[in-house]
Amino acid sequence: MNPFSMPEKASNHASDIDALFFFITDVAVGLFLLITIVSITFLWLYRRKGKAFFTSPISHNNRLEITWTIIPTILVFVVFFWGFRSYLDMQVVETDAMEIKVTGKKWFWAFDYPNGVNSVNELVVPEGKPLKFLISSEDVLHSFYIPAFRTKMDAVPNRYTVIGTRPTKQGTFDIFCAEYCGKSHSEMIGKIRVVSTTEYNKWLEESESGGNVSPVEFGAKLYVSKACATCHSVDGSANTGPTWKGIYGKKHKMADGKEVIVDENYLRESMLEPNAKVVAGYQPVMPTYQGILKEKQIDALIAYIKSLK
Amino acid sequence: MTTTQALGKVASELQEERNYLNYPKGIWSWLTTVDHKRIGLMYLFSVLLFFFAGGVFALLLRFELIAPGKDIVGPDTYNQLFTLHGAIMVFLFIIPAIPAALGNFILPIMLGAKDVAFPRLNLLSFYVYVFGASFCLYSLVTGGVDTGWTFYTPYSVETNTNVISMTLGVFILGFSSIFTGMNFIVTIHRLRAPGMTWFNMPLFLWGIYATSLIQILATPVLAITLVLLILERVWGIGIFDPAMGGDPVLYQHFFWFYSHPAVYIMILPGMAIISELIATFSHKKIFGYVPIAFSSVAIALVSFIVWGHHMFTSGQSDLASMIFSFLTFLVGIPSGIKVFNWIATMYKGSLTFQAPMLYTHAFLALFTIGGLTGIYLGTLSVDVHLHDTYFVVAHFHYVMMGGTVMAFLGGLHYWWPKMFGKMYNETWATVSAALIFIGFNVTFFPQFIMGAQGMPRRYYTYIDQYQSMHALSTYGTWILGVGFLIMAGYLTVSLINGKKATKNPWLGLTLEWTTASPPPTENFLGNPRQLWGPYDYDKVLMDENGLVIFNPNAPKDDRHAKDENGSATSHKRDGKTTTMKQTV
Ligand code: HEC
Ligand SMILES: [Cu+2]
Repeated sequence: MNPFSMPEKASNHASDIDALFFFITDVAVGLFLLITIVSITFLWLYRRKGKAFFTSPISHNNRLEITWTIIPTILVFVVFFWGFRSYLDMQVVETDAMEIKVTGKKWFWAFDYPNGVNSVNELVVPEGKPLKFLISSEDVLHSFYIPAFRTKMDAVPNRYTVIGTRPTKQGTFDIFCAEYCGKSHSEMIGKIRVVSTTEYNKWLEESESGGNVSPVEFGAKLYVSKACATCHSVDGSANTGPTWKGIYGKKHKMADGKEVIVDENYLRESMLEPNAKVVAGYQPVMPTYQGILKEKQIDALIAYIKSLK
Repeated sequence: MTTTQALGKVASELQEERNYLNYPKGIWSWLTTVDHKRIGLMYLFSVLLFFFAGGVFALLLRFELIAPGKDIVGPDTYNQLFTLHGAIMVFLFIIPAIPAALGNFILPIMLGAKDVAFPRLNLLSFYVYVFGASFCLYSLVTGGVDTGWTFYTPYSVETNTNVISMTLGVFILGFSSIFTGMNFIVTIHRLRAPGMTWFNMPLFLWGIYATSLIQILATPVLAITLVLLILERVWGIGIFDPAMGGDPVLYQHFFWFYSHPAVYIMILPGMAIISELIATFSHKKIFGYVPIAFSSVAIALVSFIVWGHHMFTSGQSDLASMIFSFLTFLVGIPSGIKVFNWIATMYKGSLTFQAPMLYTHAFLALFTIGGLTGIYLGTLSVDVHLHDTYFVVAHFHYVMMGGTVMAFLGGLHYWWPKMFGKMYNETWATVSAALIFIGFNVTFFPQFIMGAQGMPRRYYTYIDQYQSMHALSTYGTWILGVGFLIMAGYLTVSLINGKKATKNPWLGLTLEWTTASPPPTENFLGNPRQLWGPYDYDKVLMDENGLVIFNPNAPKDDRHAKDENGSATSHKRDGKTTTMKQTV
């Protein structure tokens, strides 16, 4: 990381904000150097030589006082207006913007695209297309932050907040949650992939149906892309949730003492109504995937879990 | 030896036997004392204890962040560590540190008073503080809190950690803060020594006055907010709960309505100390007394209407954001004015570099960086990027630790001889100050860089890209730790067998330097009068033992001449140096 740079610029507002950032830096460094140089000069010139004695009666100087009030005031007003103007630009949502619903949940981001496709923690957008993010939360506060876009907006339960932006550069960039939201706040990290329009359309198709890969392979992809991987392992180790390794066909003890055989129906229910049967020894923290997982995706996930022996 | 000198000697020997520290004796006499100096010391002891606890939490959480993933603790413990670090440092250390600990000790002496206006209220405020602190400690030992010191809803309503006892503790601490504030305001109004007008009062008192105003006006709002939060948790009244038509963002408005002014409760007393230190150690009349005094009051007032700058990304209206941004810039200007005036004070002074002066310069450098980086955050569009990143963390540590804590340490060293009658070791103090300054910058400067690069705050783990800066920041805390350890060492040694302090080791001119070190219980033998301005270094020289020389060549100043009329120690300005024993 170059300590004197900002992150990559990938949205239409980024350069203006960076320009202002560096303008403030110039002003601040200038003022700081001025203050430091004057201080050090005084420290040297007026260090006590010999014994303390009476010093100069100088106690004020109106002209100086006015100068050092006015000049910083002017400087900060310039900064204020610039900042305000570029902030207003950021609030504008272009008329032909594509609307994407962004939902923060403990602890992942869910994205809903206009044509019914959805994804988790991976946001794919076409380069150059104006976007409108309609942001909200299903539990506590989160904050949707894309450093490369220089944009951030809180996700508040029962309310929509909005970001208008336009990706200007292809590549993969980080999405962070910037408002503290509990245990795995720091793992509420996603990626935004800015791709060409053709690639975007291809992605839409594949994420809907898996394209032409086998159900098990599609399930393995969904395991990562729908964020099951943050809580479930496939190697036998316990995490926030139980592992998936070798569970198919086994008997599982539930928190209420009953035993359940892990079959297709149970797996299906676990995804859509996770709190209906809670596995003994685990907290009921798994979010429901009702409305997020399509039929075909549920089938693929079940096939994948069955394949983990 | 003249008679007055001889008398003075006898008197000072008497004082040696009896001072506020050794008379009356016994632990009970301390616990029930109404002497502001003893209460000040008890506060000092408590805040230092909490500073230590908060510091240990800081070391632990920085250690956890040395590399991504788990290093020593898991995410739940980490979340409690940063919450406790913040809550303890803010509510139990920094808010009471200067006003209640140093202020209690020094404010009445500076005024030439025997005590604060309401000595028993003062003792009550201390016990209320202890009571509140014990709730916070209870919460700590019974599982801690993981909400961050801001207690944002709805998280603070949902989490199953001990939010209620912690907020109750903070609620109670608020009363202690209000009592202290009220006491100081009345004391400054009513108990100034004869001759001390508002405009030749030491600037420390202006700063504390402004602080007290905020304490009594803003703290009740925090109290209401916390009560609502507790009710929400206990009975689910729904005021912050969206599912019941409440508004979680409302909580943020309430919280910052207190907590932004509270930032100035923390920094104004620091500025107040710096005004004293820069004048004493420049041995020079303070530059711009009136602008410094008024800027404190201006800051106090404007600080009430800038809270929304914490919420630029909360979805509040653009108009609100614009107004808050504008006012935020406005409140920055008085702070800038102060810095310029402090630096101008050194011009044509006679500077020495004992520890208090070193901390003054640490303050000037670090607070300036803290203030300048505030410009980024007040700027709407830039704040959208920087909000809730490490840039903010670095910024407020530069202001709170680089500003207030440096001033507190400066003040502690400055008044240490007065408090305990002992000197500390100047060489070790220099070493420790240097380590603290370097350690501070190594810890917090990298945080500006990773913040600008997008590293969010309150993260237990992070992506690899930020590792070098995080590691550097952690190394810095070790340097800081060593610096503070050395300080603890030489201050303890000073208490045990430090060199005996004179009345006026720094050649200051404010009233506390005219009485013995440590002072007698009633602060002064006799009734002090203010015979010169607090910074009249052009006219008056007071030596280590309180012996005063007036400058025969000083231009006559009407205001002070009037004060001196009729006083026993008034002197003729006949061109000859008049030396006399200070007996006021
Ligand atoms: C926030 C963490 C979390 C996420 C994300 C998550 N789960 Fe879970 N899951 C849990 C926990 C905890 C349990 C155990 C408690 C319960 O049964 O509700 C569980 C249980 C299950 C079970 C039952 C397992 C058993 O051994 O009986 C299945 C099946 C399951 N999850 C599937 C999924 C799928 C598929 C996804 C991704 C689409 C997913 N989970 C995402 C936390 C999570
Ligand atoms: Cu979050």
